[in-house]
Amino acid sequence: MRWRRRLGRIGFWLLIAAITVFALFPFYYAVISSFRAGSDLFTVAYWPEAFDPSNYAAVFQRQPFGRNIANSIAVAAAVVTLSLVLSLTAAYSLGRVRFRGRTTLLFTILSVSMFPQVAVLSGLFELIRVFGLYNSLPGLVLANLILTLPFTVWVLTTFMRELPKELEEAAIVDGAGPWTLVWRVFLPLMGPAVVTTGLLAFIVAWNEFLFALTFTLSDEKRTVPVAIALMSGASAYELPWGNIMAASVVVTLPVVVLVLVFQRRIVSGLTAGAVKG
Amino acid sequence: MRSIVAFACALMTSALLVTAPRAAEISLSCSALGLEHEICRAGADRWAQQSGHTVTLVSTPNSATERLALYQQLLAAGAGDIDVLQIDVVWPGLLGAHFIDLTPYAEGAASGQFETMIEANTIDGRLVAMPWFADAGVLYARQDLLDAYGREMPQTWQELSETAQYVQEREREAGNDDFWGYVWQGRAYEGLTTNAIEWIASHGGGTIVDQAGEITVSNEAAAQALGKAAGWVGTISPPGVLNYAEEEARGVFQSGNALFMRNWPYAWALAQADDSPIRGKVSIAPLPRGGEDGRHAAALGGQSLAVSRYSQHPQIAADLVIFLTSQEEQKRRAIEGSFNPTLPALYDDDEILASASFIGELSDVFANAVARPAAATGQDYSRVSNAFFNAVHGILSGEQEPGAGLQSLERELTRIKRRGWTQ
Amino acid sequence: MLLTLLLVAGWPLARTIWFSFTDARLGRIGENAFVGFDNYLAYFDGQWLGVLADGLWWQSVWNTVWFTLVSVSIETVLGMIIALALNQVFPGRGLFRAIVLIPWAIPTVISARMWNWMLHDQFGVVNDLLMKLGLIAAPIAWTANADTAMWAVVMVDVWKTTPFMALLILAGLQMLPDDLYEAARVDGVHPVRVFFRITLPLIRPALMVAIIFRSLDALRVFDQVYVLTSAASDTMSMSVYARQELVEFQDVGLGSAAATLVFLVIALVIVVTLVAARLRLGEAGER
Repeated sequence: MRWRRRLGRIGFWLLIAAITVFALFPFYYAVISSFRAGSDLFTVAYWPEAFDPSNYAAVFQRQPFGRNIANSIAVAAAVVTLSLVLSLTAAYSLGRVRFRGRTTLLFTILSVSMFPQVAVLSGLFELIRVFGLYNSLPGLVLANLILTLPFTVWVLTTFMRELPKELEEAAIVDGAGPWTLVWRVFLPLMGPAVVTTGLLAFIVAWNEFLFALTFTLSDEKRTVPVAIALMSGASAYELPWGNIMAASVVVTLPVVVLVLVFQRRIVSGLTAGAVKG
Repeated sequence: MRSIVAFACALMTSALLVTAPRAAEISLSCSALGLEHEICRAGADRWAQQSGHTVTLVSTPNSATERLALYQQLLAAGAGDIDVLQIDVVWPGLLGAHFIDLTPYAEGAASGQFETMIEANTIDGRLVAMPWFADAGVLYARQDLLDAYGREMPQTWQELSETAQYVQEREREAGNDDFWGYVWQGRAYEGLTTNAIEWIASHGGGTIVDQAGEITVSNEAAAQALGKAAGWVGTISPPGVLNYAEEEARGVFQSGNALFMRNWPYAWALAQADDSPIRGKVSIAPLPRGGEDGRHAAALGGQSLAVSRYSQHPQIAADLVIFLTSQEEQKRRAIEGSFNPTLPALYDDDEILASASFIGELSDVFANAVARPAAATGQDYSRVSNAFFNAVHGILSGEQEPGAGLQSLERELTRIKRRGWTQ
Repeated sequence: MLLTLLLVAGWPLARTIWFSFTDARLGRIGENAFVGFDNYLAYFDGQWLGVLADGLWWQSVWNTVWFTLVSVSIETVLGMIIALALNQVFPGRGLFRAIVLIPWAIPTVISARMWNWMLHDQFGVVNDLLMKLGLIAAPIAWTANADTAMWAVVMVDVWKTTPFMALLILAGLQMLPDDLYEAARVDGVHPVRVFFRITLPLIRPALMVAIIFRSLDALRVFDQVYVLTSAASDTMSMSVYARQELVEFQDVGLGSAAATLVFLVIALVIVVTLVAARLRLGEAGER
């Protein structure tokens, strides 16, 4: 029995190692590439042979890259906050309250995610100009909400439905209104789901490219993916690989930090205890 | 009462006219970052100093398709956010309706330009953009290897294949397993259109659609040219060439693994850079002829400047365009950034030749350059180019015979044209 | 706020559907005429025209559906494995969680370009690695060959979006009450049995949502295809087709028709999935 257990342990760690390599290798390769220069990029290297930070310096010197990161953080944070607040409220009514046409409504919300992004682009462009939000961060927030809301509403509705009925009944007996119910009872229970959807929505907004490119014009308003796509070498054909890789590494770091901060929340399994209590 | 209102209105208008800022702010889109951006900035600053206006630079994407999409979005909405736009030589037909006619401002400046460039920028007799710098396909070769194997720079495609085959075999025998004879751009994108039009035109097979708008692509010479090119894939060119764009091809050539490369002049400076493994071993030549009676044909590329119809200050913007495309400014750009001038007169300028010697060798290339049929096909150009490069891609990958492929391409183009090209 | 959002979401959709019945072009979007279903299918001068008569459209539909089936299946299985691993308690799992998410955190436009570089037949690291490991004898031109190009796109998509799947499934796993497992462990039920009998049915709703949203995204796949193989017909997806008509060819009418058809195809797939899932849920008995 013991050797079987040990074998299981080894297998488990092998699995972890395999997943890590699979997920990390391209990123690792990007990190190595970001420290190499010019023609070196046309050869394969597995180990960092030089440590040349000039690509990183170039990324920050040639453009307001710090500003771009700040823009991205502001937009993504606003998008996440708004989508979570809106969709938690929506999820309560869609998930807990039975009413006619609920499925239709849910499907309509979803249908926004069924058009190719590029088809929605010019209509949104008109709206954003009418609202006077062109070349502004609020315009981007509004546009990104279209991408995140269907997702957050659906996921939270699904998880909300899974919560046991008794909880809600108990709270209502205690005299809780719907507002208290959502924020005091459901929110803590749905911790993992809320954090996960928030995190996923954050990354969606963080990575969004097409809207950000079309709805902003000046360098000071650009977000990070656009800033990276705008990088060029000495001519229009040359792709400055070193710089692009350096910028990609920089872009990934805030997300990694975010995950490290919130990862505890993903797994705070409150559910079991709460049902009993 | 009414007269008072009218008077007030008149007063306000005149007040607006008087207080309207005399120094206008012009926004100019030129390449995003890097050296190209700095050189553009310097030119704009000089104009600003001279004219008293200010210029803001707008960075637009590096990739041509993304930049075109952005322009289309802005122009279709009638947005005057960008006054002066840097456009590709094949875009005037697509975007021309959104630009002002520069003829009244040019004051004869157009006559000193390469004729092909001016033709490409003239839509229905309107000069919609002024040529800024030129680009054309050229042949890069490893001079050291040609010398070592006692070979000449090829003059025809046939010679190129033979030399490439010979040197590739010798190099591989010598242990360089990754060595290839010839790399070019075979990915299904606009770059393949330029490559294929060079093969076809050099064989005397025309340019897909002629200047009068007639479809000419299905002919014996074109089939022969494409058949030759299809024979390269997997023999002297790596199979992966079918998904190479400019940088992928340069990667193979610059790491010393190819004898010949077709590319734009930009690769020269990079191949001769300090960290390049092939520094000092490269030479440049016009692309080969189709045969003894063929011609040298390089696809014309390049960028022009246009003024948006929706600009608040079209005259001032046009003035900036004329300044930036002037002889003096093009000379500065040639010296500082090796941008190829669009003015033939500059090709024997001593100062330019001293700083960028290869520009002198390009003057013939530009004089013989062939334009893609963008002006003739108007708004349908992207559709035509797309159908063309997809057909060529199919022929190169061996899915179709050249003759049959070109015939079905001709049918497709006829369907697109229907009663005439969309202007 | 909600009204604004409704407008923001509804207007572009309504506009796209309207344009699909007109001959609007990008250059003169204001002046258009109603043409009925001509953009979808029309008989003109002895030939069939419109999106539905275009062989390329049907190829792009087939490519997209194939891509979605293959990549979402792989992602579901891999995502489940990763989620189960993440659900265990082991030292360093916080870091592991962050590592798993990294592929999803790199913007698609960038990661697709990165892969394009890594898949280069001559100096790409993928070929080099496979050759060093002795798995292949000669470099493979991954993205140039019609047979492997689609697999290359699938591979890039799997690498990038499996974390999304894994994280959503993990959230589902985390919301399961622990006492169920306790009971099973006490009863000595085999872990595999526990997984299929207890875990899977309980996380089915979460799993379904994850699969639906992955399918929605996969059916609209654009960046990966566009960066890796440009406009090649072998790998063209529905979104690439729509974009080509809409932007590159400036044919807003035809492009909108294509976009509307994309919507219809996706809606069909999702409805079928939802109905199938509900039927199976019904068999298991509504909770």
